[in-house]
Amino acid sequence: MREFICINCPLGCNLKVDDSDLSNIKVTGNTCKRGEKYGIDEVLNPKRMVTSSVKVINGKENVVSVKTKEAIPKALIFESLKLLKNLVLSAPVKIGDIVIKNILDTGVDFIATRNVDKE
Amino acid sequence: MEKHNLVIVGGGPAGLAAAISAYDMGETDIIILERESKLGGILNQCIHNGFGLHTFNEELTGPEYAQRFIDEVNKRNIKYLLDTTVINITNDKHIKALSTSGLYNIEAKAIILSCGCRERPRGAINIAGSRASGIYSAGTAQKLVNIDGYMPGKEVVILGSGDIGLIMARRMIFEGAKVKAVIELMPYSSGLNRNIVQCLNDFNIPLLFSHTVIDIKGKNRVESVVIAEVDEKLNPKLETKQEIKCDTLLLSVGLLPENELARGADVNLSRITRGAIVDDNLMTNIEGIFECGNVLHVHDLVDYVCEEAKEAGIKAYEYINNKDINNYSKTEIICENGVRYTVPELIIKNNDNIPLTLKLRVGNVYKKVKLEVKCDDEIIYSRLRPVVAPGEMEKLDLKPDQVLKLRNANTIKVYLRSIEE
Ligand SMILES: Cc1cc2nc3c(=O)[nH]c(=O)nc-3n(C[C@H](O)[C@H](O)[C@H](O)COP(=O)(O)OP(=O)(O)OC[C@H]3O[C@@H](n4cnc5c(N)ncnc54)[C@H](O)[C@@H]3O)c2cc1C
Repeated sequence: MREFICINCPLGCNLKVDDSDLSNIKVTGNTCKRGEKYGIDEVLNPKRMVTSSVKVINGKENVVSVKTKEAIPKALIFESLKLLKNLVLSAPVKIGDIVIKNILDTGVDFIATRNVDKE
Repeated sequence: MEKHNLVIVGGGPAGLAAAISAYDMGETDIIILERESKLGGILNQCIHNGFGLHTFNEELTGPEYAQRFIDEVNKRNIKYLLDTTVINITNDKHIKALSTSGLYNIEAKAIILSCGCRERPRGAINIAGSRASGIYSAGTAQKLVNIDGYMPGKEVVILGSGDIGLIMARRMIFEGAKVKAVIELMPYSSGLNRNIVQCLNDFNIPLLFSHTVIDIKGKNRVESVVIAEVDEKLNPKLETKQEIKCDTLLLSVGLLPENELARGADVNLSRITRGAIVDDNLMTNIEGIFECGNVLHVHDLVDYVCEEAKEAGIKAYEYINNKDINNYSKTEIICENGVRYTVPELIIKNNDNIPLTLKLRVGNVYKKVKLEVKCDDEIIYSRLRPVVAPGEMEKLDLKPDQVLKLRNANTIKVYLRSIEE
């Protein structure tokens, strides 16, 4: 039995995860379906959303915020951030624009989370 | 003088949600006044995810959440002025605002104050030591990194484990800094558990409870901070002091509602929340002046901010259209035994039985308690809570029969009852 705090939303449910049988992991203490999935993932393959920002030129602002469209394996957080480091986008940028496709072969994209209009 | 039915001060999520709901009720003469050059308020700098899961059923970041509301405002063609700071409001609802194009004078039938909160400045917590550069409030650092794209330092200590401090710990790590420790005065964190897990534990950042910063060293730039454990009375135990090398100290020591405008309009303020004292229409003691969002009391969740603001928009519409929402006496809620405050503080005496939500915060961490509401001699609401904490706002949803009792009571008490095992 392992205990986790679900991080899907600010409720932060206290999960109890029965991992005695890895092919049939049982989660209790969750309030929603996402909590169940989180509990299972936390045992098998912990994942996190990654949010950061990227430089922008010719825009009304100098940076645009980005997120991974879905959670990616926790172990890849820092490597995924490296991909953003030297990237420069050119305005306009729209919410939902793909900034990096298929991050480290995870099948997940980095997308923009803010509109940056042209200067 | 310009005239408008409804003037909304502050274009953050509270102001936008209030405008949308007043408009949807039928009010078309609305203007939002916003000091910054963008709508959306503080959400613009909160680029992390976790917003709106309950409202939109999606994992949104702050700017995305704000944009949903901005789009709704634009769809309705609700008027707003940017770069416009309200500098004065009178109790007869005359508004003075300063913008790049000069001074505005506006007369309003109703005003909704939704100007949010600001961070407690360093002066409010009194740390000894130098006035070197490298000391920032966590919110200022958040704005520098996320809006301006500028990193304030490389080796960071954070004082205060509120959510903004926790979120900034991870943010600084993502930008290549080292976060040496998060120091918390209290034996518990006022931040959300999820943020302790995903912002500190994930990166092995130590969180030191019952500790504080007693000295800041460095001439031009911060070079180190001295920390020490505190006793039960929160006094530092000097024998426990240790020095941590760092070039940056972030202060995340709480938010204060921004209520200078309300004070100027003779609005009665609560000494506990620092926001206005409101009735269950979210109206202050000044007729036609309403408050909602973080200016009223600090919320944990933007979803709750918007819920409250929606209500304020509806009530402002009713007030403007002469529904007699204020011709009743009011009963003040008495908070006892661990309950610090409720919002609303005042309950209107009438026979309305529309469901009502009381929000409250407790003063300490309590385990196995019942949250109760007592009207005269009858307990009308009782709910078991395994644990309550100051960092988490409690919401009591009252049903029609409970609301009727509440409205007809001569004394209303809200308190915690501990239950024996
Ligand atoms: C620095 C900081 C960081 C935060 N970070 C987080 C976070 O990471 N996660 C989280 O969940 N919550 C965070 N919060 C909480 C967040 O503030 C609320 O969830 C929510 O944004 C409150 O909405 P609001 O509309 O009441 O206030 P705000 O979003 O603060 O909006 C108030 C608006 O009023 C405007 N205004 C103020 N005074 C005037 C005036 N005189 N004239 C005209 N306009 C005025 C301001 O410019 C602002 O746009 C943070 C709060 C602060 C202060």
